[in-house]
Amino acid sequence: MIGYLVLTPFLAALLAPVLVFLIGHRASWILALVPGYLLYRFYEFVPAVAKGETVLQSHEWMGGFGINYSFMIDGLSLTFAFLILGIGFFIVIYAGGYLKGHQKLGRFLAVLLAFMGSMLGLVVSDNLITLFVFWELTSITSFLLIGFDNEREASRRAALQALIITGLGGLVMLAGFALIGLVGGTFELSELLSKGEVIKEHGLYSLMFWLVMAGAFTKSAQFPFHSWLPNAMEAPTPVSAYLHSATMVKAGVFLLMRTYPMLGETELWETVLPLFGGITLLIGTVLAVRDKDMKLMLAYTTVASLGLLVLMLGVGGARAIEGAVLYLIAHSFFKGALFMVVGTVDHEAGTRQIDKLSGLRSAMPITALAAALAALSMCGLPPFIGFIAKESIYYSLTHGGLHEWTIAIVAIVGNALMFGVAASIAIRPFMGKWIDPPKAVHEGPVMLFLGPLVLSITGLVTAVFALNFMQTNFFSPMVNAVAGSEVKLDLHLWHGINPALILSVITVGLGIAVFVFTANLKKFFDKVLNFIGWGPDKGFDQFICCLTWFAALITRFLQTGQMRTYMRVTFFVTALILLVPMFKLNIWPKMPNFPELRLWEIGVFVILVVGIIQVVFARTRLTAIISLGIQGFSVALIFMMFGAPDLSFTQFMVETLSVVIIALVLTRLKLMKQDRRSTASLLFDGVVALSVGVGMGTLLMNITQAPIDLRLSEFFSTYSAAIAHGRNIVNVILVDFRAIDTLGEITVVLITGVSALALIRVKAVPDRKTKTSQASSKIAGSEALKETS
Amino acid sequence: MNTLILRTIVPLLTGLMVIYSIVVLLAGHNEPGGGFIGGLIAASAFALYGIACGVAPVRRALYFHPISIAAFGMLLSALSGVISYYKGVPFLTGLWWFPEIAKGVEVPLSTPLMFDIGVWLVVVGSLVTIALALEEKE
Repeated sequence: MIGYLVLTPFLAALLAPVLVFLIGHRASWILALVPGYLLYRFYEFVPAVAKGETVLQSHEWMGGFGINYSFMIDGLSLTFAFLILGIGFFIVIYAGGYLKGHQKLGRFLAVLLAFMGSMLGLVVSDNLITLFVFWELTSITSFLLIGFDNEREASRRAALQALIITGLGGLVMLAGFALIGLVGGTFELSELLSKGEVIKEHGLYSLMFWLVMAGAFTKSAQFPFHSWLPNAMEAPTPVSAYLHSATMVKAGVFLLMRTYPMLGETELWETVLPLFGGITLLIGTVLAVRDKDMKLMLAYTTVASLGLLVLMLGVGGARAIEGAVLYLIAHSFFKGALFMVVGTVDHEAGTRQIDKLSGLRSAMPITALAAALAALSMCGLPPFIGFIAKESIYYSLTHGGLHEWTIAIVAIVGNALMFGVAASIAIRPFMGKWIDPPKAVHEGPVMLFLGPLVLSITGLVTAVFALNFMQTNFFSPMVNAVAGSEVKLDLHLWHGINPALILSVITVGLGIAVFVFTANLKKFFDKVLNFIGWGPDKGFDQFICCLTWFAALITRFLQTGQMRTYMRVTFFVTALILLVPMFKLNIWPKMPNFPELRLWEIGVFVILVVGIIQVVFARTRLTAIISLGIQGFSVALIFMMFGAPDLSFTQFMVETLSVVIIALVLTRLKLMKQDRRSTASLLFDGVVALSVGVGMGTLLMNITQAPIDLRLSEFFSTYSAAIAHGRNIVNVILVDFRAIDTLGEITVVLITGVSALALIRVKAVPDRKTKTSQASSKIAGSEALKETS
Repeated sequence: MNTLILRTIVPLLTGLMVIYSIVVLLAGHNEPGGGFIGGLIAASAFALYGIACGVAPVRRALYFHPISIAAFGMLLSALSGVISYYKGVPFLTGLWWFPEIAKGVEVPLSTPLMFDIGVWLVVVGSLVTIALALEEKE
């Protein structure tokens, strides 16, 4: 059943273009029913999961390899599913308003829904391979959405960069999954999670760890792989809000949470994660403060938040996980809302440069309210969910040793800088004196303000009214699922005065300072970054440049464009493959006894040999080709005489067609009638040809002299007529017993046809050009004639 | 190559060869033959027709572009495998029906037959594509 639920968004994706064609942007109201319906269906799992149960469902896919469409719903996947569907609901509506009247809105909504399905599949997958498939599907849909505006160079580059970085990471991760599957003996996460000790104590643990981290760090934009995320802001805002803040970029964090019981709490884990997370947090915030484009500012704070989440998971322990879980949920609410706010401002005012906007509160009161509520949560101020999350983080960091306190300092600096950015985005465009924006500004339509308003209010309601409800149904089950053990949560808005609260106050103080001195900080960061002058984004370009240079080098070396070289290389290698093992292992066939032949058999052999001699010594190419045909026909006759009518039949037809096709090719190539080669090259080609011939011959003799296992032949002759209703065993094998092989073969035939067609057409292009120019000159000439007459 | 004799006899020969190739295709499950061989026969028939009478009449006679014919064959073969899913058996499992069209006359129909027809179409389509493209005057 879960499998069908996961498929639903994909089906809706097929429907989206039709709906948009019929009723325009209003289609998104209907399409939003899909995540709405799914939310309703997933709600059925809440009571069971709250009690600590795990729902497992499985459909067989490739059972023999342990690969199944299996799904697991526990606290972690359920909470993620709710985030994906809940935010997705508002994003679909928002997208309708944002891209109202856009020509490609149908396609956009289709890909957006396909992404929703992929992401949902990712979080509820139980099988590692299924998870990987959905993981890559999110990369592909993200690629399509970033490159949505495909006529702009920048968005194409951003799309490709995101695909290369996350796709490569995903492939490396697959290797890690394969290793885990081999070590753990199963690909099912539900079974692997209880085998954590087996994996952690295995000699290849560190390899598995790094391979999985490659996937998680690239997807969740950890330094130095973060540069694709800010570039992905080329996408329309609904995409940024949904994929690149609330859901997809959290897939990496999700993976860390999912594998925590399996890979976590080791020395390696607790060193690497805080390191990467901490650096990402600091770099993300610094870049966010420096930027003027509000969307980019948010993107960099997203990078920073992802860093903070990785950092907290690296600290480990139930309290740190609790902090990470709460922050993840809070972040999805406020960041999704803020992105949509910035999108609305951009949409209505025509710019999102923070220094060109001011005093919009009177023109856009609802958007301003949403921005304020979301920003308060992001700042970590009471009574918002952001505050509770930050308190949890600080609580876990203050209850540890020196290590934790160092991390606490990093977290405070990062949070203070994020405070400054959040305050800037909520205050600068909306407060202050009115500046005329590029467009006549007014409040956005309901489609645009619904999402941000609801999400930002959720951040408030969750903390004030629904804390107990959320705690029992979502927070606790999720923490338990990550930690792999029973953890009691005790969340309140007010804990009394404790170290965590003091750290919070310090953060707020520093944050206000950051907000006030933003301009000075900007200048300082600019100087530092200009001094460094190099970043991963530039590095990516250099990497791609090197890659294409290397590819060109290899290609030029291997693809000379000369048919003769290709043939020589191919046959030379074939000869080596055939002869080297026989020399090396010294296995030569015995000379077989010369059989008694009947007269007509001798006749056929004589024709065959004469055919071959004629091929070698023919004076013109055409004679050679036809002689080759004679030789082939003789082989067909031999097949016929020794009881293989099907083979013989095929051989006849293949020979006929190859003579025809080779002759046609030769006439087109306009070669010389005769083959003139230097003696040296004749000698070389002759030696290669002879070696291949000898190699093939000895191989065949070896094969026929080896004892033959007749089990397969017996099977086929026993069952061919009995269960496959056919007396012609060859055909039954082709179309029934081994039909999948035939399917592969006809695919090759089809591809050959398509590529031959393409090649022949390429050859024809310059000719056509000269023809048309000739034709036009003829027409011009005739017109000139008319004029003179 | 387009001598009078060839031009006169080839249309007839092509028709015969195509019919024969279909016989080979249908009889192939019990007698020597099958989709692949049948396809080769039909392909050489069309190639011959093209050599004798020019490419245009062949294209007219085929109506569809040969590569589309090949692609359709591919689709047919693949679909014949999908049918088995409805019966709850693995991809490409052979399924048989024996409808009685008249009293005592059973016509065996099967997914392997559908598959073989697909093979026939792919082979004919791909080879005719190549042959006609080469025969076409530049």
